[in-house]
Amino acid sequence: MNEDQKQHIITLLESDKRLDGRKPLDYRKPVKVEPGFTSTAEGSAKVTIGETEVMAGVKMEVGTPYPDRPGEGTIICGAELLPLSNPEFESGPPGIQAIELARIVDRGIRESKTIEFKKLCIKEGEQVWLILIDVVTLNDAGNLFDASALAAYAALQNATYPKFDGEKLDYKESSGKKIELTNIPLSVTVCKIGNKFIVDPTTDEEKAIDARLTVATLEDGTLCAMQKGGDVPLTPEDISEMVDIATEKGKELRQALK
Amino acid sequence: MSKLLVKEKEIVVPGEVLAEGMDNLPGIGTYRQGEEILAGRLGLTYIDGRTIKLIPLSGKYAPKRNDTIICKVIDINFSGWRVDTNSAYSAMLSMKDGTSAYIQKGADLTQYYALGDYVVAKIVNVTSQKLIDVTMKGPGLHKLKGGRIIQVSCHKVPRIIGKQGSMVSMIKQATGCRVSVGQNGLVWIQGEPDKELLVENTIRKIEEESHLAGLTDRIQKFLEKETGAKLDVSKSSQAPPSPAGGRPKSYAASVRQGDNHGL
Amino acid sequence: MVYKKRKDGRKFDEARKIEAKVGVVKRADGSASFRFGNTWAVAAVYGPRELYPRFLQDPSKGLLRCNYNMMPFSSRGERVRPGGSRRSKEISMVTQKALLPVLNLDEYPNAVVDVFIELPETEAGSRTAGINAASMALADAGLLMKDLVSSVSVGRVDDKIVVDLDYAEESYDDGPVADIPIAILPKSGNVSLLQMDGLVSKDQLKEAVELGKKACAKIYEIQKKALKEKYNVKGDGQ
Repeated sequence: MNEDQKQHIITLLESDKRLDGRKPLDYRKPVKVEPGFTSTAEGSAKVTIGETEVMAGVKMEVGTPYPDRPGEGTIICGAELLPLSNPEFESGPPGIQAIELARIVDRGIRESKTIEFKKLCIKEGEQVWLILIDVVTLNDAGNLFDASALAAYAALQNATYPKFDGEKLDYKESSGKKIELTNIPLSVTVCKIGNKFIVDPTTDEEKAIDARLTVATLEDGTLCAMQKGGDVPLTPEDISEMVDIATEKGKELRQALK
Repeated sequence: MSKLLVKEKEIVVPGEVLAEGMDNLPGIGTYRQGEEILAGRLGLTYIDGRTIKLIPLSGKYAPKRNDTIICKVIDINFSGWRVDTNSAYSAMLSMKDGTSAYIQKGADLTQYYALGDYVVAKIVNVTSQKLIDVTMKGPGLHKLKGGRIIQVSCHKVPRIIGKQGSMVSMIKQATGCRVSVGQNGLVWIQGEPDKELLVENTIRKIEEESHLAGLTDRIQKFLEKETGAKLDVSKSSQAPPSPAGGRPKSYAASVRQGDNHGL
Repeated sequence: MVYKKRKDGRKFDEARKIEAKVGVVKRADGSASFRFGNTWAVAAVYGPRELYPRFLQDPSKGLLRCNYNMMPFSSRGERVRPGGSRRSKEISMVTQKALLPVLNLDEYPNAVVDVFIELPETEAGSRTAGINAASMALADAGLLMKDLVSSVSVGRVDDKIVVDLDYAEESYDDGPVADIPIAILPKSGNVSLLQMDGLVSKDQLKEAVELGKKACAKIYEIQKKALKEKYNVKGDGQ
């Protein structure tokens, strides 16, 4: 992205327009959630936002709890930027981009308290459920953050516990029991280019971004996680406006989960 | 007995037998194995007398001498600029070919072309090892300022340009945008924001419908509907061809392929 | 012992339900997906493109690089740890060898063609599904190819020679089992992938390969159809 092209994007935004004809605060269409795309995971969901496609899968294991939290299970989030999904992604161990993506997904779910970790305890100090959520990218056309968070949550909604008899896990059989989820956290990333804010950036727009703020909100508007990215600092006024946008757009995105 | 096993304009996949016997000749994209002629890639059949050829439908741009392409400056070194050609190989734009201005030793080369700049350039040489030289010296070759760059399939470029540049002229006339179509599948569009988007959408429509009959008519109707203004086609078809570089010769090649491909 | 009937009711020479689609990853130069029942492979091709690090470049021809990867949630058992295992590295290598004979890489000196095979769901036969998807993706990427490649697993379960073993058959324990993944170049009938684990007689191997060839001929037709479907867009006036 050269200065010229970035300036072009900014000039368009000044008249409330984007390269692809969207308004600054429009998501691409369709926003689609398809639960249960794979039979091998305990839960799964594929999310499409425009041409961006990500898959999330949930696997469950029985493990020992952390010594300082003997009565709690936990979640573990992973994310892979598959080289199949973008010519710029490389094979190999996860880079910082993938790690940040996984951490943002993790925080949105963990801090929403949608899963009560105490309820994942099977036998205090000995056996707890570990919920392993993995997000992988299938086609990166921009805004992996929001697509991944949405897919991860939808996969949790879709998940059922495998059979466990107190000693052995039987992955071949589902117990039919769902994971109890009490909240719906929803992540929206608001991007700042020049003095303008946009949501759901394309890969071209992502290259022009000065700053971004990913905000996870609950249904009642409570904020549960945030992450600022990009090289340019934000003013408190920016943050306030970005949070308002994220809350508002979160309501819209919520519809896709129903 | 020789036998042709495919029709004209049939989609074939690698390894498919196109003809049996020795009466037919293997053209580009095909190969002979014993008595048979087979497809050497995925493509559309084109029968030229006794010769069977395949027109590619997909695949990356393969750099060819005399092609006019749109490139991006990716590096600057002692001898000039390295540019991305939207193919498997980058190309060299030497100081001598970059500008006719005198460049002082040790001068800042970014004042001519900076990193990230897009240019319309012509390929002057491609070696067997795919070392490529491009030049900026020639009619229509220039640096691109402003606007947007979009990527299309390089195999659809002849259809986007149209016969003697008729399609691209029509688009320019309808939208008032400046448009440069590189043979390598990069297209530069500059104009009013809404019109730029209309050009992009029109080009996407051409890409999708390039195999259907009556393409020009359909695109004309589409543009008329979108702009709400009638197009005087006779005027646009007579307009001088002016894609990237506007070289009549590179048109000849593209138009010919366009004819083959069209219905 | 006698193996009388396949659990899912298939005939012994019948593959699981096959689905093939071309053009599933928009950003890639070529892509395809291929399914044998609950085994699902998605392949994307990028290239020819510049190859780095430079010492890998071959000035006489292009390089084909294949990467087979199981998604973390793609196994019915425990989560698959990301990052590649010895198994996935070996499969990547035999996949590359299976595809190489049909490709003409002379036109792409110093460049690379990358094939990424991802498995969202697996239940036996994943390398053969991967090869089928990759072969279609390479053709979709417009590369110069002499032929496609079709692949299936054949083998022996007890006294029967079977096509496309599923998980239950791979782990059948009332008698001997052999699993033989093969890949065929449909035009010549030559074999570009052959692996085996298990016990078979020479005659059984011969019979299995013959059966595999027949199954691959059917797979080839499905691959061909999927490729043509992508380009034969609706409303075609032909």
